[in-house]
Amino acid sequence: MSAVPEYFHSVTLERDKCKGCTNCIKGCPTEAIRVRDGKAVIIEERCIDCGECIRVCPNRAKAALTEELKDIARFHHPVALIPPSFYGQFPSQVSPGTIAAALQAIGFHRVLEVGLAAEYVTEAVAGYLEEHPAPRPLISSACPAVVRLIQVRFPSLADLIIRVEAPIEVAAAIARQRGKGDMGVFFISPCPAKVTSIKQPVGRAESGLDGALSMAEVYGQILPILREVEPLPGYPQASHVGTSWGRFGGEREGVSGRSLAVHGIHHVINICELIEQGCLTDYEFIEAQSCPAGCVGGCLTVENPFVAETNLRHTALTYPRGQGHRPKVAGEVLLLTRPITPRKIWQLDDDTTRAMEKLLLLKETEKELPGLDCGSCGSPSCRTLAEDVVRGRATINDCIFNLRERVRRLAEEMVDLAGKVPPAMAGGEGEAIDFE
Amino acid sequence: MKIYGRQCLGKKAFLELEYQMEGRDFSVAGTAASQIKKMLTEVGFEPEIIRRTTVVAYEAAMNIVIHAFRGRLLVHIEADGIGLTAVDEGPGIADVAMAMQEGYSTASPSIREMGFGAGMGLPNIKRHADGMAIETRVGEGTTLKAWIICKKG
Repeated sequence: MSAVPEYFHSVTLERDKCKGCTNCIKGCPTEAIRVRDGKAVIIEERCIDCGECIRVCPNRAKAALTEELKDIARFHHPVALIPPSFYGQFPSQVSPGTIAAALQAIGFHRVLEVGLAAEYVTEAVAGYLEEHPAPRPLISSACPAVVRLIQVRFPSLADLIIRVEAPIEVAAAIARQRGKGDMGVFFISPCPAKVTSIKQPVGRAESGLDGALSMAEVYGQILPILREVEPLPGYPQASHVGTSWGRFGGEREGVSGRSLAVHGIHHVINICELIEQGCLTDYEFIEAQSCPAGCVGGCLTVENPFVAETNLRHTALTYPRGQGHRPKVAGEVLLLTRPITPRKIWQLDDDTTRAMEKLLLLKETEKELPGLDCGSCGSPSCRTLAEDVVRGRATINDCIFNLRERVRRLAEEMVDLAGKVPPAMAGGEGEAIDFE
Repeated sequence: MKIYGRQCLGKKAFLELEYQMEGRDFSVAGTAASQIKKMLTEVGFEPEIIRRTTVVAYEAAMNIVIHAFRGRLLVHIEADGIGLTAVDEGPGIADVAMAMQEGYSTASPSIREMGFGAGMGLPNIKRHADGMAIETRVGEGTTLKAWIICKKG
């Protein structure tokens, strides 16, 4: 195997805050976390930056690495890309123009709605579906956590991902077409997966963005000044179609034919399994979003996902139905240029014969475990502990039930031995032996 | 016995597994298929082999769940490929040639209402496997074997 590739991850651990509980290991969709030495450890090549661990951590020890507001000052002309999900964080009375004005007040020179770019992507996806009549279904590439989930857990579905660029990259291209000088393009991100997709893109050589800020941070910065600013003219820039992308089901509305929308990473996994089993071949298109209710429910957002979804729905109603004047975008901007390759990380050994032996050992080890999936060993399930044992990352005695059972047996043996008295002693167990 | 396509895997399996299933227990088919898929991934089979095996395992298990009273799905894994055997106690198949046609189904209306039994099971297995064989006795049950063989360079 070639050298281990380096992975950038937005999701990180703040070691001091981690108590070594097992909440994050249990919820991780790619079994990418273990607890070792009382702290969570992320297995780099498995992490897809979905942010589930950030969501469930009771001690707020999991965090997302993002740029901070002060970082935009590195550029003469910082531009903010606002995704529709950001609008969902505010009541629908707060207009997009007001939000844009507030973003300018905190330092951005220009603001571009990602919803505008989503409209180009909607058209490109429709074209792609027409040009690729089989196989079915095809899967949206818009959610970077889902793309990485497929790379890690569903390698055979990688070819079903639609090779159309995600809206934020298209938005960055539009911003740069219009821009001048030393421009810095920043995304206001609802999730760590999009931050990672900027630092380490899949399907393209490099990102057109310079960074991403946490939606929660930006929300906190503009909330106090929303009342003080006058709405900027020229908003909305996008139409109803593109603005609906921030909530689940919105993307599907732009696609004709039988399509399915799924949200929440564990539901996405179920759908991927059904696709793999050949159950969804009568669907054209699968919209799949890692977060509950869609991007509005990302783990860097502030509002409840379902409240945010409703807010966005109402805001989108104020957007024009038809598409107005739109800048031209070069066709190549809309297509992914690099293959989406599966991450081959589950193989138990590089050598297939050895891998088979290890799988056999894994099955044997699994049988000796209690099947309670308690997580006390630091692995998310008994099956995973068995896998870790086979990979040399754990021992079977890491299972506390297994250990207790061994201690019990040992104790019984000790009691048994303690009861034994040498035959030379009175009351000993030795029987009278007839020496003749 | 009716045999279709390429035969067959002969080497000793390094791993044999068995999944027991009851008729009408729909969730078990998907669970078995995804567990089999996980193991094949851990061995390092090519994605295409894994995908085809997953489809065949799922369809074979669904056949038991939909049609039979009870049955077993046996998985045989060797370096050259995967063998799947579905053995059931059930009504059997009166006309195998008919059942191999797409759209032919004997599933009851209640099963069809649930979206199953579209008559795609056996043809789908034939399409995704490199070979299959069916042995059936009306009133007793059916044994279905299918092979997915890794191409050798």
